[in-house]
Formats: sequence, structure tokens, C-alpha cells
Amino acid sequence: MNKLAKDPINVVVAGVGGQGNVMVSLVLGNALVADGYFITIGETYGASQRGGSVMSHVKISAEKQYSPLIPEGQADIVLGMEPVETLRVLKSFGNQHVVTVLNPRPIHPVDFTGSGAGYPNMEELLEQIKGMSAKTYVVHATDEAQKMGNPMLANMILIGALLKSGLLPLDEAALGPVIREMFPKAVADNTKALKAGMELVSILR
Amino acid sequence: MPHIDIDAPGSNQLFIGNEAMARGALEAGIGWASAYPGTPSSEILGSLAEVAKKRDIYVEWSVNEKVAIEAGAAASFAGVRSLVAMKMNGLNVVIDFLSTIILSGIGKKGLVLMVGDDPAAHSSSNETDSRPVSRWLDIPLVEPGDFQEAKDMMPYLYDISEEFGTICIMRSVTRVAHARGNIRLGDIPVVKHKARFEQYFDPAAPMPTPIMCIPSSFRHMFQHMRIDKIREKFESSPYNKYVGPEKPDLLIVTSGSGWLYSQDAVNALKAEDRIGILKLGTLWPLPEKLVKSCLSRADKVLFIEETDPFLEGVIMEFAAGFSPESKRNLFYGNHTRHLNSFGELTPDAVIKAITGVLDIKYAPRDADYMKKVEAVPQQYVMDRLLTFCPGCPHRASFWAIKNALAMDGRNGFVTGDIGCYTMALGPAGFFQTRTHQCMGAGAGLANGFGQLHRFGFDQPVVSVVGDSTFYHSIIPSLVNGVHNHSDFTLVILDNGATAMTGFQPHPGTELTAMGEPAAQISMENICRAIGARVEVCDPFDLKSTTRTMLDLIEQKEGARVAIMRRTCELVRQKKEEKPYKMKIDPEKCLGEDCGCNRLCTRVFRCPGLIWDPVAGKSKIDEVICNECGVCADICPEGAITKEAVT
Repeated sequence: MNKLAKDPINVVVAGVGGQGNVMVSLVLGNALVADGYFITIGETYGASQRGGSVMSHVKISAEKQYSPLIPEGQADIVLGMEPVETLRVLKSFGNQHVVTVLNPRPIHPVDFTGSGAGYPNMEELLEQIKGMSAKTYVVHATDEAQKMGNPMLANMILIGALLKSGLLPLDEAALGPVIREMFPKAVADNTKALKAGMELVSILR
Repeated sequence: MPHIDIDAPGSNQLFIGNEAMARGALEAGIGWASAYPGTPSSEILGSLAEVAKKRDIYVEWSVNEKVAIEAGAAASFAGVRSLVAMKMNGLNVVIDFLSTIILSGIGKKGLVLMVGDDPAAHSSSNETDSRPVSRWLDIPLVEPGDFQEAKDMMPYLYDISEEFGTICIMRSVTRVAHARGNIRLGDIPVVKHKARFEQYFDPAAPMPTPIMCIPSSFRHMFQHMRIDKIREKFESSPYNKYVGPEKPDLLIVTSGSGWLYSQDAVNALKAEDRIGILKLGTLWPLPEKLVKSCLSRADKVLFIEETDPFLEGVIMEFAAGFSPESKRNLFYGNHTRHLNSFGELTPDAVIKAITGVLDIKYAPRDADYMKKVEAVPQQYVMDRLLTFCPGCPHRASFWAIKNALAMDGRNGFVTGDIGCYTMALGPAGFFQTRTHQCMGAGAGLANGFGQLHRFGFDQPVVSVVGDSTFYHSIIPSLVNGVHNHSDFTLVILDNGATAMTGFQPHPGTELTAMGEPAAQISMENICRAIGARVEVCDPFDLKSTTRTMLDLIEQKEGARVAIMRRTCELVRQKKEEKPYKMKIDPEKCLGEDCGCNRLCTRVFRCPGLIWDPVAGKSKIDEVICNECGVCADICPEGAITKEAVT
């Protein structure tokens, strides 16, 4: 564990129920606790499993246990698993310094579908997100995961991208034991996805 | 991740509050745990169940909360430390029993009731605060302020329970129970439990007695004496603490989730040298001496509490009794509208309350950024309404109910209750459900509606319940309905799991909480034994389910039952591959020009179906679709097809 330049580091994981939002925060949290950090995670649960907006707040500190909710405008990193949800989170928790790692694959809200409006224009949506972030990494994680044969691997690809961005006190080696413990039946796939995410960010750089 | 009983004392783990409480119960040496699932309390029993055999404890998902607490009390009566867990709705169900066990007292070993409250009702039909029950019924109540305390307070509370011979409550809220944080583990003792119901030497009686609540007034007096002794004990509890300057400008009094939020808020405002915090872990009986000494530190006192102003009420009442020479405080909180008594407490709400009392300026973001925030078009961040999962049997069941009621044409409606199917209040279930209260209330209401024909009522009534709900609280309603010839149709959506809370078993499922073969209780046999007509259907067979439903609705009188049986999609997909490959033929899909006016995406609204406004066609989202095949049966043009996967 190292002293953090900013303590705590506030991460918001934004997505839709069923995407694996809780899993992502748990992977990060478990790896960081093993390194000796204080981690607090606040998650939206229950009814949010069924297609609603889901958000996890992850606070990372070298000093103390923080509360499970990030105050307005205080996110340092937004890990966006879905574009509309990423914009929603930036609106509440973004600020001029926030860095966004985004999977641009949309999950269509049934209300957009039902009204006939369809999903917002993707280019305009990405412009809004980039305009509200100091830096944005757009990582086509679902496309990459489908190539690997399982769209759920998008989460691990996104984690790989976040790792490579250097925003967290976390490296690839710290993820190994967590992947083995959390996904004992899919260690190879998840390890591959993690590396793929790291490579995707290297290209963006 | 590691089970809660991981044998690594002194190590640091990332646990949710519920797991921390369960670990604490193991470290306290419990031998019994029983519960009925309910968010945010379910993981307590769930995590204990995983280690029950190895740790030689008994763990049970009981049929409902009342049975859970009575069965749990038996363990205490026979000399085994016992834990009972439920959400706040369950507390309402067990109040009758609580009102007598505080008079009778417990057995030789401790009995702890853990109640999980859900402020903001994230996963609930109400946001009731459980804390006032402690004062109302004279039950000692503690509340953890962080994850470590959630664990550490458990053994502490068992010691209190045994020293004073009373049931004790640990209350937590969603943001403690379901949040995750660091826990430093302790030792789990090896306890050889020996259960025996022996001569009971009641501290309230001069001779051995039965465990009983009479003479009630005498025992009520005794419980009050007991509460006074516990108050003394709580004065020096390590879970009450003051942090801050000797003489702060403002004293915050808080408990539970407010403890971490208050620290974060003071930190965000950089006001550590101006604000002190009294955090109470033992809420009732109130440690009055400690409170009084802290009140003397500051003129201004701000109460930070989630939902009800409980401490605010009891402390202001207590302070009103101070002698005229005592220091008089200015109190702020809910009664001065610095804080809401509804919804969720947040760090922002605490910051706002503090800046409302002290003259501190706070702006979380600069003006330029706020302009960008305000410029985000609202249609880009429209609320994402909840819906049934793709492939959920409930969507098909409500489709059949909707069509049957429409064909009947007498303005029939659905009475609902608690479960995933609550979402049928909205577009997910085609707005079919018209009443929503507590567990079982829909069937009770249907009993009433079904008797109103004598006053001109002529609408068909359908009560929709889940399978776990059926066992929990529907059986007496059905007995009542059949016995009194009430006119309604009971629909049991049997998806084989307590799905909303995490797939816990119930009396109709194959296994017990501990994974052992259970005696499965057949719901159709129960209903038939009561004397109701029972039809069983597969909701994915829309045609036949609709026909059966129409026939039941049109039956002239008496309570009758449709069991719509199909495994929860989230359970199915863990065991099986997707059954079909779904396709939409763009040539056949007529979009808005179709006579159905896009029935599939406008009305049926499965998240697996998406609408392409440019092409004017419906499409399948292959990442989301679970390939259940139902939508193929609703498309009038045959544009949606299902191909069996071999």
C-alpha cells in the first residue's frame, strides 16, 4: 500500500441492472483490500437488478474507512459500462478533473423503445460525455468480448482498460489472485479479457 | 470469494455489512439462525447457510418471520445462542411475539433479532424506521456505525442479552447492511452446543416457573427495572464515542449510517476544528449521562439521522427534564427542517444541514462545469424504468392475464403484493396491478372485493402472488375465501424461487437452507385440500394460459386458483443453454405500418427487443435477449421467429 496523491480516490461504476456492475466493483475492491487499502463500496441493489440504472461507488483510501456514498461532483473516475448511464453519472458526480473509461455499447431502455424515440444519437452522446470529462477512454469492450465468445467478458476488458490508464494504485499482478478466486471456472478467459482491455488502452494512447 | 467463516483471525476482508454481522454471530458462538428473506437483510442467513454444516450450526429459511423468531426463541430457551434476521416489514409481523417475550424473558443463552431497514425503500414497499420499537416495547437496541462494528457488536450484544435475560435488537440500514468495507476478523470459538429445556429460574420470579408473560403488569415493571440496569451498562459501551474538539461550535449527534456520512461531511467542509460528533451505538436505553456530558460541550446541537428523528425526539425530551441551572442547547435537525425525515441520508444532505447551521460556504463544482451539467438534454438521461428480465415468465403471465381480462370485458383488475411481480403496477406488466401493499395484502383485498357483489360490484378480481409469498401469508386468505364463498381468482406465479431477494428456497422447493433434501409442500395439494378449483399452466404457452385464465375469471363464484409455473429465467440460465435462436425478418416486420402498431416494442416491451427508428423496424438485441421464444407468439405478421437450438 502506498500513500495516495489524492485520498480517497472516488470511483463510480455506472451501468444497467444485469450487466455485472457489482462484480466490477468487487474485483477492484478485493484486489485493493489485499494490498492493504481501506475500501468502501456503496451499491444499488434489489429492484435495480431488473433493467434499472445501477451505480456502485468505490472509495479507495490509504488512511481510513469512508462512507459508502460519494458526494455530488466528487468522482475522480467514472467507469462507464453504458453510455446513457455514464452521462447520467457525470451529471451528478462529474467535475472538471474526472477521467472517464467508457464502453460505448448501448443497452436500450424499454421506455426509449416503447415511445418510439429510440436511443439517443451516439455521436452526440459521446460528445456530451467527452465534454464533461478531463479525459475519456472509449473502449469497445462488448465488441471485443463478443469476438471472444461471451459478452459478459466486457467487464473484465473494461477493468483492464482502467488498470492500464494508471488511475488506480493497482497492477495486473494484483488482479491474478482475485480472478482465480472469483472466477475459478473461467480464469483463462478473464485473464485474456484483462489483457485485451489493457492493449485497447495502449492503442488509444 | 472466501466464506464468512474463513479461518484467518487478524486478516482484513472486504465484507458487506450483512456478512460482517453473520461473521460476528459466528464469533459469538451461535448455534441457531433462522430468517425469512428480505432486502436488505437476506445475506445474513444466506452466508451462514453456506458454512452451517462445517461450523455445526443449524440454519433455516423459515416460512415467515413469525415462525422464524418463535423457532429461534426455542433455541435460546433450550440453552443455544440464537440469531433471527428479517427486514423491517418482518418486524411488524413479529411484534405480537416480541410484546410477550420481553415479559417472559429468554432462556439461559442469548437471543438477538437483527432487523434491516431500507431507507428510501430501494427494495421495499415502505421505509419504516425500526428504532422506535425499542422504546415502545422496552427492547435494548444497538446500531453499527461501520462494517467493523457490524461484526464486533454481535458478541457484545449476546453478552448483554444473557447478562440481563432479554431479547436484544441489532438494527442496520441498507447503506450499512449492503455496503462493503474492511473487516478485521476475530476468532470463531468451537462451541459444543447442548440443548435441553430444563427448570427455568426466572430472574423475575422467586421460584422455578414456566417461561410465561403473566403476571403481565409485574413482569412489565421488571422489564423496566431491567432497562434501567442496561442503561447503566450502556454508559460505558465502547460503541458510543465522541470525536472532535473539547468545545466545538457545533455538536452532531448521530448513529448508524450517519456516523460515516457525518465524518465525510465535516472532512469535505474542512471543519474538523469546529465540529464534534457524538456517535451512539447503543440507542435504547439511551446512555443519559454520556449524552448529558456531551451536550454540555456545545451550544448548538444537530441531529443527523436516517428517516425518523428518533434520537432527536428522545434526547430533546430528556434535555427538557434538565434542572433550570443546566446548560440549555439550541437543537437542530428534522424539527427545524435542516434534515428530511424521509428518503435516504447522504453526505450531501449532511453537508447541507451543517452549512444551514454554521456559516460555512460550500460549492462542490465550479460554475463552468455546472453550465455543462445544466446543458445535458433531458431526453439523453431519461429515467430507466424497471422491467422484468428478458425471458422472465412474469411478462408472459401478465400478458395472458391482460388478454383474459380484456376478453372478459367487465373491467377486471389485479390486486398485487411484494415480489418481482410488483412491477406489474407499470408498463412491465401492462399496468394490470391496481393495488400494492404488503406481503399477502392482495389476496386479503381480493377476499373483500369478492364479497361486494351484494353492493353492486361486478368487476372480476385477480389476486397475483408469488410462490414464496403463497407459503408466507396467502394460505389463511384462501381458507377465508373458500369458506365464505368469496368471488376471486388467485394466481400463483410459481417461478420456483424467492427471486427478488436472491433465490432462497421456500417450502415448495427441493432443498433446505443447508442444502439438504426438503419435504416439498405442494401448493396445488394445499389449494385443493382447502376446496378451491386449481388449474396449472405454463405461461409461455400464451394461448392456453389465456384460455384457462378466461375460464377461471368467468366462473360464477368461489375462490379459485391458477398456478402459472415456469422457472425464473435467472435460475434457468445458470443450468441450461438458451433454448431458441430468435430472429426478426425485416421483410415481414411492418413496423408502425403494421396493424399492431409495433405491439412487440411498444406494448410487450421486453428489453431484448429494440426499435430502430431510422429503418422503422423492430430488432433483437442479441446481447440482451435470452431467447425464450415468447415474442414470436405475439407478432401478428410472423416476422419474429424462434428456431430451436439443438
